[in-house]
Amino acid sequence: MDAAHLPDRFQNWFASRGWTPRAHQLQLIDHLSQGHSTLLIAPTGAGKTLAGFLPSLVELEKRGKRKPGVAGNGIHTLYISPLKALAVDIARNLEAPVTEMDLAVKVETRTGDTPSHKRQRQKLNPPDILLTTPEQIALLLSDPASARLFASLRTVILDELHALVTSKRGDLLALGLARLRRLAPGLRTIGLSATVAEPDDLRAYLVDQPDTEARALAHLVQVSGGAQPDISILDSEERLPWSGHSSRYAIRDIYGLIKTHNVSLLFVNTRSQAEMVFQELWRINDETLPIALHHGSLDVGQRRRVEAAMAAGSLRAVVATSSLDMGIDWGDIDLVINIGAPKGASRLAQRIGRANHRMDEPSRAVLVPANRFEVLECQAALSASRRGEQDTPPLRNGALDVLAQHLLGLACANPLDALATYEEIRSSQTYRYLDWETFEKVLDFVATGGYALKTYEQYAKLRKGKDGLWRIAHPKIAQQYRLNVGTIVEAPMLKVRLVKSKADGRRAPVGRGGRMLGEIEEYFIEQLAPGDTFLFGGEVLRFEAIRESEAYVSRAKTDNPMIPSYMGGKFPLSTYLAASVRAMLADPESWKELPDQVRDWLEMQREKSVLPRKDGLLVETFPRAEKHYMVCYPFEGRLAHQTLGMLLTKRLERLGAQPMGFVANDYALAVWGLRDLSLLFSSGRLPLDDLFEQDILGDDLDAWLAESSLMKRTFRNCAVIAGLIERRHPGQEKTGRQVTVSSDLIYDVLRAHEPDHILLKATWNDAAEGLLDISRLGELLARIKGRITHTGLPHVSPLAVPILLEIGKEPVYGEAMDTILEEAAQELVLEALE
Amino acid sequence: MSALTSHLRNYTAAPVCHDIPINGQLVGLHDSGVLWWPDENTLVVADMHLEKASSYARRGVLLPPYDTGATLEKLAGVMDAFDPARVICLGDSFHDAKGSDRLPAPYRAMLSTLQLGREWIWVTGNHDPVAPVRLCGETVDEVSFGPLTFRHEPVEKIGSQETQGEICGHLHPAARVRRFGRSIRRSCFATDGTRLVLPAFGALTGGLNVTDEAYSMIFRRRQFSVFLLGNDRLFPFTASRLVGD
Repeated sequence: MDAAHLPDRFQNWFASRGWTPRAHQLQLIDHLSQGHSTLLIAPTGAGKTLAGFLPSLVELEKRGKRKPGVAGNGIHTLYISPLKALAVDIARNLEAPVTEMDLAVKVETRTGDTPSHKRQRQKLNPPDILLTTPEQIALLLSDPASARLFASLRTVILDELHALVTSKRGDLLALGLARLRRLAPGLRTIGLSATVAEPDDLRAYLVDQPDTEARALAHLVQVSGGAQPDISILDSEERLPWSGHSSRYAIRDIYGLIKTHNVSLLFVNTRSQAEMVFQELWRINDETLPIALHHGSLDVGQRRRVEAAMAAGSLRAVVATSSLDMGIDWGDIDLVINIGAPKGASRLAQRIGRANHRMDEPSRAVLVPANRFEVLECQAALSASRRGEQDTPPLRNGALDVLAQHLLGLACANPLDALATYEEIRSSQTYRYLDWETFEKVLDFVATGGYALKTYEQYAKLRKGKDGLWRIAHPKIAQQYRLNVGTIVEAPMLKVRLVKSKADGRRAPVGRGGRMLGEIEEYFIEQLAPGDTFLFGGEVLRFEAIRESEAYVSRAKTDNPMIPSYMGGKFPLSTYLAASVRAMLADPESWKELPDQVRDWLEMQREKSVLPRKDGLLVETFPRAEKHYMVCYPFEGRLAHQTLGMLLTKRLERLGAQPMGFVANDYALAVWGLRDLSLLFSSGRLPLDDLFEQDILGDDLDAWLAESSLMKRTFRNCAVIAGLIERRHPGQEKTGRQVTVSSDLIYDVLRAHEPDHILLKATWNDAAEGLLDISRLGELLARIKGRITHTGLPHVSPLAVPILLEIGKEPVYGEAMDTILEEAAQELVLEALE
Repeated sequence: MSALTSHLRNYTAAPVCHDIPINGQLVGLHDSGVLWWPDENTLVVADMHLEKASSYARRGVLLPPYDTGATLEKLAGVMDAFDPARVICLGDSFHDAKGSDRLPAPYRAMLSTLQLGREWIWVTGNHDPVAPVRLCGETVDEVSFGPLTFRHEPVEKIGSQETQGEICGHLHPAARVRRFGRSIRRSCFATDGTRLVLPAFGALTGGLNVTDEAYSMIFRRRQFSVFLLGNDRLFPFTASRLVGD
């Protein structure tokens, strides 16, 4: 399309701003006008959002002004973003072109914060463009008025699509889209995305899939990246730590960088890292530079203040977690400092894109590895960035708990025809491989719980009528649905309230009513005893007590918190970076680029032991302090390693090798015990190939999962999303703790009596994909088959030092709960004898 | 293997109890959560909450309908091991007043079989204030045998005459122990030597931490012991060593 074909109003508007429409913006208008759904991949600063809205604005301009007294036309365009803040931000940005061109276009937002009278009005008198979130789409689709509301829908714009599709929210949205396409035939979708590894996945997500092998794809408009980013790895004079994630060693270097730039954005991987870096920076902040902290646990008010200060340009640096990863424009950031390992090439690219929103200037970024292994990972990420490689995860298979939720929503809107709904659902890429049997099971679950023991017919939520259609049994069911909609199940959180310490007068009751500092995961607080200290919101706090749904804390008089962290490494190492690191280790030629300290370390490893091969697995065994260790280096990320560690110890136990525990990080896994493992392996009494045999993913895995708390947490999430147990709502907590049935108990009962239940299948799928990384573990075991190298050593190898140092810092697994109880009980006995 | 079936297997062996004196009577605490009183050949079980899932189902929360089966199977295992002459159900045996009416036929039959040839006492609870329908057994608000008194809710007084030898349920005691930075929470017995609170026996019954205010009405602050349920054994702790939730 030529810019000359744009309506005059638009041409004039561009001209008045001194802009010319960009090629991709015109292409998008072109594709849409021909009825084609389109994926736009463009770097930050390319005018992506405007490009997404232009086709709709042009169409709405042609439609002209609404006649007075005539009802609206229904929604023309839906804009869906993962963040409600983003929807609000975009509404503001859209205001300018709409007012300046004097377009008769009504733009409104609808999020969880929108007051109910406005939501009600939006249903009766819908705007032309509605900016909203996936949850709101689900809610609107569960309304009996949805058919009328969306009948004239022409376009759906999906922002940050690359981020949306990786989660259950993406599943919910995929199902919503399938329904929207049926309500509004001819509907076109626009996906806006950062660069991804497999654009075709996203293109398929955007359109109806045929009932054949072939994959339908949306059109693609790709804007090549701007200037090559200027990335470097921090070259510190300080000694590089062997292990840990604190980056404390480099804090003066980081401070130096902040001083020499206008505004720096410091990204860390976990909240505890954010807390630590923030505290360390202020400790040496001689010039009292305005440095702020931003993470998801802080009080919302505080977060908004930081964001406002950032936008106003009154800050020099912000330490942030991924809570700032996405979307909103933070003004003129001229340096991104990524502290710790990047974990993924695409993740790094997106973070770096936060700096400098002008496409033609390079973004500047510095990577600060926290330890020696992370240097390798940073180097791999840097090379990937130079080559423009991406490692975004592949498209998900739709989750069954989300499907359950969606089916109930559909039935709330209209009587549901099972077969037609099945076809509709399979038209989405995410659910296209769903088989009829599973679909029926999910529907059965929604209706009566889906139990083999058919005792709940009388309490059914859905009933099949004589016409063969499924209807909700009672209007209350729709109410229940509306309260439970959504796929984000927050870990139960407790509010953190500052009170006066009771440390001095022990019996005195804890004072009430201090300042609210934010929220913290219940499971973290559960681990604390009164008097324990931890870092939160940039200060060291002393845990006092739990009162109802609040954790009472006081200011601690110490600088060193006793409990070091409240969250481990959050993102697993991407497969792509893992492979690059393995390749780098195996190729001494590539070490040239590494800092001297790291190169020396690897040279030492080559001398004292052997280097891990690119496609094999190195297993080292050595004695140390009356224990025997086995360390292996799969480089598959902490989650996969934890699972493997659990399985290996189980198997070693059964083979009589008496393992005592294990510890895992992103790169390696160490198991220890009392028997001489070197001897067991080298004598052939315990063949390594047997130990790492793929069948370890069978019975052993099953046995372990039965007791795993990870599995129970996953089950809880699935049960909430699928609507088996109700969400906890604010204000309800008081009674919630005692009244709700523990999901752990439900899990135990269900697993014992109906192990094939659909919700257990959903839980298993989730765990296999996410928490346990079983698919990745499977690939690892297949890859190393017949390629395991064992080296028996007289003492610890250079490469093994980091993981051994983590013993005591990281949780040690492999000890049965009863053993721990027994030891605790025995300790008391000894105490009593003294 | 599920936790439940492994329990069953264990109970067919000779039962091992942790013996303690309550008001001068030697009683045995069993890791299934029941109390065994050998001198009276009596088994005591608290808070079974039978038909809890169906009680929720009536309100649209379709919990797995296997809790009654699981609870009764576990009870059957325990009965097999102890072969008691008398069984005392310490209240909240059914999750609601209509629970015994809803009891599916196979479970009713199972329960009746367990009752055969035994003295069976239903103590009423706040969840089941009425006598169960179509089931044998005597229903009482409380009952005493010798120095022990059996009631559902503990009397909220400390040290008074009526609390001496009180055996009760209602609170669903659970305790949390912390070690190596990990914490373990289990159901437990709680006692100060004069009275005893039994853990809840039902498959879908949770626990209330013994550090909760509710316990300060029946035990002197931290002056009591708990016995955490384990596999084949109990783990004793003094209350001062426990942490809250």
